[in-house]
Amino acid sequence: MVATLTEQLKAPDMRSDEAVHSSSCEFSGARILIEASLREGVDTIFGYPGGAVLHIYDELTKNQHRLRHILARHEQGAVHMAEGYAKATGRVGVALVTSGPGATNAITGIANAFMDSTPLVVITGQVPRKMIGSDAFQEVDTVGITRPCTKYNYLVREASEMAEVVREAFHLAGTGRPGPVVIDIPKDVTAEQAVFVYPEKVDLPGYCPNKRVEYEQVEQALEKIERAKRPILYVGGGVIHANGSAELLRLAEKLCLPVTPTLMGLGCFPSGHPLYLGMLGMHGTYWANMAISESDLIVAIGVRFDDRVTGALEKFAPQAQIIHVDVDPSSVSKNVRAHVPLVGDAKSVMQQMLDCHDAETEARPLGTAAMAHTKALADGRATPPEERLAAWWRQIEEWKQFAPLTYENSDEVIKPQFLCEELYRLTGGDAIIATDVGQHQMWLAQYYGFNGPRQSITSGGLGAMGFGFPAAVGAQLAFPDRQVIAFVGDGGFQMTAQELATAVQYKTNTKIIVMNNNYLGMVRQWQELFYDGTYSAVGMDGSPDFVKLAEAYGAVGLRASKPSELSAVLERGLSMPGVVVMDIVVTAEENVYPMIPPGAGLKEMVLG
Amino acid sequence: MRHTLAILVENRFGELARIVGLFSARGNNIESLTVAETLEPKISRMTLVTSGDDLAVEKLVRQVDKQIRVLSVVDLTRLDHIEREMVLVHVKAEAGDQRLEVMRLAGVFEAKVIDVSENGVTVEAVGERYKVEALLRSLQPFGIRELARAGTLAIGRLPAAAAAEEVRESIAVG
Repeated sequence: MVATLTEQLKAPDMRSDEAVHSSSCEFSGARILIEASLREGVDTIFGYPGGAVLHIYDELTKNQHRLRHILARHEQGAVHMAEGYAKATGRVGVALVTSGPGATNAITGIANAFMDSTPLVVITGQVPRKMIGSDAFQEVDTVGITRPCTKYNYLVREASEMAEVVREAFHLAGTGRPGPVVIDIPKDVTAEQAVFVYPEKVDLPGYCPNKRVEYEQVEQALEKIERAKRPILYVGGGVIHANGSAELLRLAEKLCLPVTPTLMGLGCFPSGHPLYLGMLGMHGTYWANMAISESDLIVAIGVRFDDRVTGALEKFAPQAQIIHVDVDPSSVSKNVRAHVPLVGDAKSVMQQMLDCHDAETEARPLGTAAMAHTKALADGRATPPEERLAAWWRQIEEWKQFAPLTYENSDEVIKPQFLCEELYRLTGGDAIIATDVGQHQMWLAQYYGFNGPRQSITSGGLGAMGFGFPAAVGAQLAFPDRQVIAFVGDGGFQMTAQELATAVQYKTNTKIIVMNNNYLGMVRQWQELFYDGTYSAVGMDGSPDFVKLAEAYGAVGLRASKPSELSAVLERGLSMPGVVVMDIVVTAEENVYPMIPPGAGLKEMVLG
Repeated sequence: MRHTLAILVENRFGELARIVGLFSARGNNIESLTVAETLEPKISRMTLVTSGDDLAVEKLVRQVDKQIRVLSVVDLTRLDHIEREMVLVHVKAEAGDQRLEVMRLAGVFEAKVIDVSENGVTVEAVGERYKVEALLRSLQPFGIRELARAGTLAIGRLPAAAAAEEVRESIAVG
C-alpha cells in the first residue's frame, strides 16, 4: 500500500520526463537502427531489399543524403562487398538483407568474414514477432543458422533494445579478434516506436578484448629471440587487423629476422624488402618453407597455424620453440603448442617488444634478462643480430638459389605466372587486388608483390569462390580514386558475375582480370596429381564470351590470347575509366608449384 | 576421460544454445547439464559434464570462455571439488513387506521417501554418482516406474585455510 502511494506520488514527474523524451526523440525501430548506425560512423550499406526490411528501406531513402545504399544483385554479393569495404578500410562493413532467402544467401559472406576475422555487421530482416516459428513466408531461423559462423548475433525483441544492440554489435565486430555480427530484426520491431537513447558505453562483462601482455613475458620472448640461431617471423592477418605493419617492419629490421607471411598476411610486410621470404605453406616459396622447418624459434604473430600453412602437424618445425602472439586466446596452442604464449593485440605486443629492446640497448636497468643481455653484449659474449644470424641468412640464401620461383615462359600462350608478373610491373605493387580462390590466387601470391597492408583482399579461411569480384567493388566504393582490381578465375567470376550491374550502376572504376584457363584449375591440378589425371567436372566449356558479357552490362570488355597482346591489353584496361573486364586466356593446364601434397610435411615440397 | 565444467554465463535467451552448439559441432556428447540462476539473477551457473581427451576438452573450454556472454569457465576435473547428483524415482511397492523393504533400502542410502501411493513410493536421493547408481540398482528388482535424474552438480572445495576457518566458526556457533 505504501509502495503504491509512493508510486502515485512519483508518477506525474516520471510522466513529464517521458513527455520531454518522446517529443524530442521517439522514433520507429527502423529510424533508431539508422540513427545508431550513423553514430557508429557508417557511411555505406550494401544490401538487397525485401518484404521484411521495407520499413528500413523506407527510412534509408529518407536518409540517403547521410547514408549511401549500394544495391547488389545478390545478397552474397552484398556481403562480399561489405567485406571488401571492411578489408580495404579497416572499418566495420555493413550489409542489409531481408528475411528467409535474403539471410540464407548472405551466409557464405558471413562465414567467410568469420573465418578471415573481418569486421562486419549484417542486418537481416525477420518475420513479425507473432509469426516467428509458424513457418511464415520467407521465415528462417537466422539466429540459429548464423550462430556457429558469427562472432555474436542478436534477435532484437523490442524497438527499445535497438540502439543498445547496434552499439554492442559494432563494438563486438570491430574490437579484439574482429568478426561478423548479425542483427536479426522482426519486421514489426522496425515499425514499433521507442525512445531513442544512444548508450554511452557497452556493458559486456564477459568480453575483454584488450588483454595486456605482462612486461616479463615480453622480456622472456625477446630473450629467446636474441639467443636464437635460426629465428623466423611468421606473420598473418592479425598484423593487418591490428594495423601493426610499421611495428613489424621495425621489429624485423632491428632484430634482423626473416619474415614469411601467410596468405592473409600478404602486404603486412613490404614484398620488396630484403628480409622478406615470401609466403609459406602449401604453395609457399621453397626457402620460406625450408626456413620455418629448420628454424629453432618461430615468432608467430597474428596467425593461427592453419593446416594450409603447417602441412602435417607432426612434421611441422620439429626443432622450433614457438612464441605465439594472438589477440584470441583460443587460437594460441590450438594446432601447435606455444612455448611462450602472448595473448594480446599484435600491434601493442610488437610495440612492447620494441620498447623492451630499446630499453636493453640503452642499458636501462629494467629487467634482469635485459641487463644480462646488455652486459653480455658489452663483455663481447653476445653478438649483435647481424653476426649471430649470418650463417642462418647464408642458409636461407642457399635455399633461395636452389629452388627459386620459376616457370617456363612461352611465346605462344600466356603463362599465368607471367600475367601476375606483368600486373606487378604495371601497378608497381600499389593496387588493391581482390582475388577468388584457386590457382590464380596462389600465383598472384607468388608472383605479385604487395607493397603495403589492406591491398590484398582474399578469401583465405573459407576459400569462397565468387568472393573476389564483389569484394573489389566494395573496396572500390571505399576508395573511388584508387586502382582496384578483381583478379579472378573463369570459374569464380561466373559465381558472382551478376555484380557487374552493381559496379556499372554506381559508376565504379573496378577492373576485372579474368585468368581464363577454361578449367576449374586447382581442382584439375589435384585430379591430375592425385587421381591419375582423371578429370571430373572441371572443364568450363559453355562459359560466356567475357568480352560480350562485359558489353552486355555496359562495361568494356578486352581480351588477350597471346603473350604479345598481354601488356597492351593490361595497360589499356587498367588506365581506362569505368568498369573493364579483361579476359586473359592463359595456358589451360599449368600447375601451381611448389606444392606440398596433402598430408605431407612442409619439407616434402613438390617443386614441379 | 570425464570432465566436469563449471560455467558462469549471462542469463539471456540463446546463450545455452551457443555453448551447447560448441560441443555438438565438434562431435562431443554432453553427458549431463544443469543450469540455474545464481544469487545474481542476471547470471546463470551451468555444470556441464562431457568426455574427451584432456587436450580436446581444454580447447573446448577455451571456446566456451571465448563466448561473449560467458563470464568464466573452470574445468573442475583436476581441482579438488565435490560432485552430487539427485534422483527422483517411482518404485513399485505394495503396502506391506515390499514397501518396508524399499523404505529400509532408502534408509541405507540416506535417501528419503517423499510420496506414497496405493502401490508405490517415490524416493528422493542425493549423493555421489556411484551412490545414486547403487541405489537405483537395488531398487530395480521392485520395478522402477519412472525416473528423473538431475545432472551432476559440482562445486570446488574451499581452500584448506578457508575451510578450517569455516569449521572453527561452525564449532564456535555450535
